[in-house]
Amino acid sequence: MHTRLAVIASGLAAFVIASPAFAQKQGGTLKVSHRDNPPSASILEESTVSVNMPFMSVFNNLVMFDPKEKINSPDKLVPDLGESWSWNGDKTKLTFKLRQGVKWHDGKPFTSKDVKCTWDALRGDEKQELLRKNPRKVWYKNLKEVTTNGDYEVTFNLERVQPSFLSMLAAGYSPVYPCHVDSRTMRSKPIGTGPFKVVDFKRNEAIKLVRNPDYWKKGRPYLDAIEFKIVPNRSTRMLGFAAGEFDMTFDSDVTFPLLNDIKSQKPDAVCEGRPSNVNQNILINPEAPPFDKPEARRAVAMSIDQKPFNDILFQGHALSGAAMLPPPAGVWGMPKEMLQTLPGFATDVEKSRAEARKIMEGLGYSKDKPLKVKVSTRNIAIYRDPAVILIDQLKNIYIEAELDPIDTTVWYTKIQRKDYQLGMNLTGLGVDDPDTNFYENFYSTSDRNYTSYKNPEIDKLIDQQSAETDQEKRKKIVWEIEKKLAEDGARPVIVHNIGNTCWIPQLKGVVLQHNSIYNGWRFEDMWLER
Amino acid sequence: MGAYLTRRFLLMVLTLFGMSVLIFVMLRLVPGNVADILVDSAGIADPKEKAKIVAELGLDRPIFDQYLQWIGGLFRGDLGFAYVSERPAIEEIAPRIPISAKLAGLALFFSVILGVPLGVISAVRQNTGLDYMLRIVSLSGLSLPSFWLGLLILMASVQWFGMIPIYTNEPRSFIDEVLLLSIPAAAVGFRSSALIMRLTRSSMLEVLRQDYIRTARSKGASQTSVNYEHALRNALLPVVTIIGIEAAFLVGGLIVTETVFNIPGVARFLVEAILWRDYPIVQNLVMLIAFIVVMVNFLVDMAYMALDPRIKYAD
Repeated sequence: MHTRLAVIASGLAAFVIASPAFAQKQGGTLKVSHRDNPPSASILEESTVSVNMPFMSVFNNLVMFDPKEKINSPDKLVPDLGESWSWNGDKTKLTFKLRQGVKWHDGKPFTSKDVKCTWDALRGDEKQELLRKNPRKVWYKNLKEVTTNGDYEVTFNLERVQPSFLSMLAAGYSPVYPCHVDSRTMRSKPIGTGPFKVVDFKRNEAIKLVRNPDYWKKGRPYLDAIEFKIVPNRSTRMLGFAAGEFDMTFDSDVTFPLLNDIKSQKPDAVCEGRPSNVNQNILINPEAPPFDKPEARRAVAMSIDQKPFNDILFQGHALSGAAMLPPPAGVWGMPKEMLQTLPGFATDVEKSRAEARKIMEGLGYSKDKPLKVKVSTRNIAIYRDPAVILIDQLKNIYIEAELDPIDTTVWYTKIQRKDYQLGMNLTGLGVDDPDTNFYENFYSTSDRNYTSYKNPEIDKLIDQQSAETDQEKRKKIVWEIEKKLAEDGARPVIVHNIGNTCWIPQLKGVVLQHNSIYNGWRFEDMWLER
Repeated sequence: MGAYLTRRFLLMVLTLFGMSVLIFVMLRLVPGNVADILVDSAGIADPKEKAKIVAELGLDRPIFDQYLQWIGGLFRGDLGFAYVSERPAIEEIAPRIPISAKLAGLALFFSVILGVPLGVISAVRQNTGLDYMLRIVSLSGLSLPSFWLGLLILMASVQWFGMIPIYTNEPRSFIDEVLLLSIPAAAVGFRSSALIMRLTRSSMLEVLRQDYIRTARSKGASQTSVNYEHALRNALLPVVTIIGIEAAFLVGGLIVTETVFNIPGVARFLVEAILWRDYPIVQNLVMLIAFIVVMVNFLVDMAYMALDPRIKYAD
């Protein structure tokens, strides 16, 4: 009798586990706090998680990183609007068979023309009026053209082999846009094919999304609606979450000291800390003497002691890494032993600083004759706080620095004008991928190479790793690039940030992606158990 | 009186014209324009894309043309397009005005309803325990920043009542709205009430020592009649002035209170628009504030006349 009962019970349990539709609950409105006013709703035109988190669920990509996996990896891609894909023999043509019967939120059919016009605009075709700004043009510098074959087949023709190309298409920054909708609408009330439709985007108030009843993925999304309430004051946001006004905090909004408050005020809150793939780094103006000399830049890197940064800002949770996010969350970062050989990562900080002082003495500076500089940074706490610690550390190598807080709205304009000596900066990566990082930030012709770092050898290595199909061989080149960038003081990395996100226990199906905050915000697999 | 009103009207028009020129020029003197900022928000600084935005927004046209277009639009009731949201400015501004107006009105109501009676009580009970207590309360009102007080209220609400009085959903009824706004209004009005209370107290003390008050007392008028009929009306003259000034300064208090209590009002929106150099929004809102200040001043002048019949505005 007992055996029969056990068999029935285990059978039932297996049935329940195997039928997720029984476990997930349909309905409910998810309320999320939002930290600021997104500059617009157009993901393709912006570079901030303030846009990706609320609007990613309005769209679909051709492919995406498996939303069930915490790590975005090139071998874990799943189909989205591209039902299947294939490469030609020499891997320069990537062909997608597109999903049929998909409709845009305004009822028009999705076809290959939409894919073509999106990527024509992204690679900088001036005939396309789809975008007013194009911050990731450099991602597609290898894309020769996009051709269509009927309404449901599209081919990306590349100049050369580029294994990262699929990863870039899978990023939260790569949604497919509709050809028939003008760019102004896409910035204010975008039309997508995704699980949620935009009802309203009111600045200083809220972003309201509702379930798309015609979503091509049957049974999804589970939630009826999502409301992002724009609450610029962080204390109010946290108190609002503790009081049950919000079901989820904004992505990585909870600092470690605030995490303790949340845990005491709302003990049942589920909180997860994860690397955001945003790193703190120093911008060194190579046109401002003495930083035109590589050894001066190296000395700055060698003055860094990561521990105070990590202890003060992250209670010891931040990660040590060079240009790429370190393992295990990072797919491409170099091993710890190798990292410790780079300037700025030595375990014996005093020895490293002694060497840096010698360099500075060689350049004519001393305790009595310090180098006076300004450390420019955005006038917001997450930039200012590390800048203050940096200023303190620079004193160890005869650099007397002064904080120069810059109005956040003109930060990049100032950097582009090279109107700074040293700068404290944060760099976030849309995809944990060497191509996106190196082409965006270090390639000599990139718009986002803020320091205008130019090194033909590095450009060559970047192209070389980009074309390497063997991942292990490619990693070795990536590490070589990271090493050279650190030695050149191209953009010395201090730490890789960790941020906490919290939600109520009734919210299920949340999978935060651990190597980029810009991905994984489709919300289609989340449901509310209440 | 008619000529005075005409003069006053012309002065108001001149003031508003001066303000329009000042705000228009000053906005354009601040480093960085909306094109810089829009490009900056994408983390790039591509001069070609920036130039495209400048042309699209008409910022490459002569400044005089831009000014004329704005003023001409104002006369036609066209406030232009918000640069950032790309919606008509009127659609952005209009829904926010009633929210801030209600908050400001409530705050002013609190400050007067608390400040004036407490000031009178403090004066007539001079140097008693009650007077000392009220003076301490008013001093704390003047020294506590409203954002700090607001945060304190929020923290106490969460800790003790498990709720937070912030504006996350549109109130369902007028009563709901008044209840929701009354807490931030009290936070922002506390400072003004303290100021009004102190001024009422000192003004009352001065009036209570006047000869005519002694005469009223000697004629056998009751204490209540002396205080409220004879003294208060004359003591109110400087208080009315300060209420007028406070009404204008309230906008400053509203900015932080709207931020802390997350109220989607016009004050917070103005700060945001300044940061984004959203010229059409800033210009129109500053003009609106200037208009309100000018009108309040005019009403204060008229109130003088009602309070003190000796005051006449000669033709």
